[in-house]
Amino acid sequence: MAIRRGRGVAAINYPTGMNLGGDPTQALVHSTPTGNFMVTLSSVDLGQGMKQIMAQICAETIGVPTDRVVVDTADTDTGPHCMGTFASRGTHRAGNAVIQAAKEARQVMLEVAAEELEVNASDLETDGQGNILVKGAPQKSISIFDVALSAHFKRGRSISGRGMFLIPRSYPEKETGAMKPSTCYAHACTVAEVEVDDETGEVTVLTVKNVFEIGRALNPKMVEQQLVGGSWMGISHALYETTEPYYPNRDHGGTDFNQYLMPGPGDLAETEIIVLERPSADGPYGAKGPGEMCANPQIPAVANAVFDAVGVRIDTLPITPERILRALKAQAAN
Amino acid sequence: MELRKSYFADVRKDDLHEIGQPRPRSDSPGHVTGKTAYFADRNFPGMLHLKMVRSPHHHARIRSIDTSEAEKHPGVVKILTAKDVPHNVYTILILIQIGPEDETVLADGKVRWKGEAVVAVLAETERAAQEAAAKVKVDYEVLPAVFDMEEALKPGAPLVNEYHGQNYYLYDSGECRKVRFGDVEAGFAGADHILEQSYQSSPIEHAPTETTGCVVAPEGNDRFTCYTNTQAMFFTLDNASIILQMPGSKLHFVGGTVGGGFGGKVDVIVEPIAILGAKLTGRPVSFIYSREEEMQISSPRAAEKVVIKDGVMKDGRIVARKVTGYTDAGAYSRHSPYGAQKGAGHYPGPYTIPNVWIDTYCVYTNRTPSSAMRGFGVTIGDFALEVQMDKLARLIGMDPLEFRFINAYRDGDMKAHRQPTEGAALIECMQEASRAANWPVAEKYLTMSSYKNGA
Repeated sequence: MAIRRGRGVAAINYPTGMNLGGDPTQALVHSTPTGNFMVTLSSVDLGQGMKQIMAQICAETIGVPTDRVVVDTADTDTGPHCMGTFASRGTHRAGNAVIQAAKEARQVMLEVAAEELEVNASDLETDGQGNILVKGAPQKSISIFDVALSAHFKRGRSISGRGMFLIPRSYPEKETGAMKPSTCYAHACTVAEVEVDDETGEVTVLTVKNVFEIGRALNPKMVEQQLVGGSWMGISHALYETTEPYYPNRDHGGTDFNQYLMPGPGDLAETEIIVLERPSADGPYGAKGPGEMCANPQIPAVANAVFDAVGVRIDTLPITPERILRALKAQAAN
Repeated sequence: MELRKSYFADVRKDDLHEIGQPRPRSDSPGHVTGKTAYFADRNFPGMLHLKMVRSPHHHARIRSIDTSEAEKHPGVVKILTAKDVPHNVYTILILIQIGPEDETVLADGKVRWKGEAVVAVLAETERAAQEAAAKVKVDYEVLPAVFDMEEALKPGAPLVNEYHGQNYYLYDSGECRKVRFGDVEAGFAGADHILEQSYQSSPIEHAPTETTGCVVAPEGNDRFTCYTNTQAMFFTLDNASIILQMPGSKLHFVGGTVGGGFGGKVDVIVEPIAILGAKLTGRPVSFIYSREEEMQISSPRAAEKVVIKDGVMKDGRIVARKVTGYTDAGAYSRHSPYGAQKGAGHYPGPYTIPNVWIDTYCVYTNRTPSSAMRGFGVTIGDFALEVQMDKLARLIGMDPLEFRFINAYRDGDMKAHRQPTEGAALIECMQEASRAANWPVAEKYLTMSSYKNGA
């Protein structure tokens, strides 16, 4: 009887957005009188930080600092339609809608600035700090604060824009299955290292090294929180969780966190996250949807590591100590 | 976390101001100081609490329902049964033309899973609602149930759901969604080795910190405001409008930051019945799942069975792959036909294989309906695919990581569902994993590229 060590690898991809498309999202953007920007959506922030990301996308597109953007969302009386926050679609779909709306608002903003500065709008650029400058002559400039005041009270212009993003729905061909499930895919490769106690069947995940390719890390800190959380969820799926421990038998389903097992802080592996960025052709600033993908590769990587450690295959999830011990027993009997 | 900017630097401009910056989240201070408002923080004078009477049986006919004792219970204001729901038989994906309507808001004549909602009790307190619910008498005739997908698909199995007429979802392509590419039998015939393996998962709970729920307030203008933690505002509003036969203009949905979704809050279960309760009593209504309901009543991730048969050559090339996937939908469709179909579009994984055959089935059994969950249609498929890849590599005596490089898809490669690969990055992820995990592979794999022709 011994503690045995093993490691396993898995590589995966994941489609962004609702399978087969047909999932629209809209956004509205407008300026307040003093040049702050309001993004209006009906998308839902699940705690992953969608509001923050939409603010950064709007800020980048308009050319202002993020703290001048406010996001109003999840109210059906004010926000235009969004299909919902699921299918790794929030950033990709709503982000594209925000970019389109923000571009339209930016164009009006530049037109008003052009009138004030008596130049062509196409000769203007933003400095990202809240000012609009004449290209090549940055001493000739006007603040967005002043442009918004002028638009509201002098020029009678609405600095606003509408955005809509829709990938047309694909219908699978009946006989061949020819279809377009998605327009972009995120990628991952995970290496997991485990220890298996061949006396108790207990698995300890020592390290998980995840490489994720996500198109563009729009906010690296938020990318990190989502990818680390996903990686933990993957380990939990691999080794702990189910509402029906003896599926398809319906008995013994957990009804609270004493009975429904999940790893606690002490059970979590040393987790390494490495991010690659290959911008997607149709993503907002190249972003793809990594929200679901990041919880997938750990499951097979852990399963393969368990085999590497003790030489038995557990092809049924979750990989519980009971299943490992039964497999070891069967192996010894052969 | 580390950003490895050396990969794909030639196709990426890093000239942005706000994007790519680790700005602090504007909502974090509210979360960590307890100031963020969630739907359950809404509390209205005179608010009623809704509790469900649920089926104790996996499959049964309802002979009769007697609510007389429950109605007399102190604090009870209203009791709802199937006849009170204007459009009681519904299915949520009807909004994107995926039918048939196959589920009841409140059971009508039959229950198809243990825990199914039968009677809704509205009372002044949660306790009164709970106590009254226990006094509702339902006379059941227990019917044979089926829990195993293979059993359910056999002729003569108990019929789970009459609205389907058979224990699987009928796609326009027949009993399963199909993908056919190349000639899979010819591929097997020419292969050096064949490996057929079966994989199985069990249902999994989303386990959000905040359980599913909503609070509904009737407004003075004949409208209803629904404070909810749904993941999809208009999807829920539009389905509620259908179920209640109420114009959407009468409904105002307010969401906000949700305490964890993971796909568990897109089923439209609590809102319609709570709005109906508010309409029929003229009072605010709160319907919030207990942790037990969240664990066993709310939809889990579907259990799946995946059978993979591969033909592989000694040099590492996979020449044929046949995948048969089974998704256990439980008693009703919800999002499971979509999930099973998503699997058909995902197999055979991120590998270029010339001969592919895929069948994915959505199967009905007498258990809690499964539905959306983070990655559904793909997560369990990836478990099966990637364990299979490990087995194949060992079968031909090859390093598992090198084996994946040989088969990895690249830009321009035709996928089984007949879309050319674009924007691939699997090879680069594996190269970086090889370095980070100190898992050596031959030099030729480290110089590969996802770009077309490796250029």
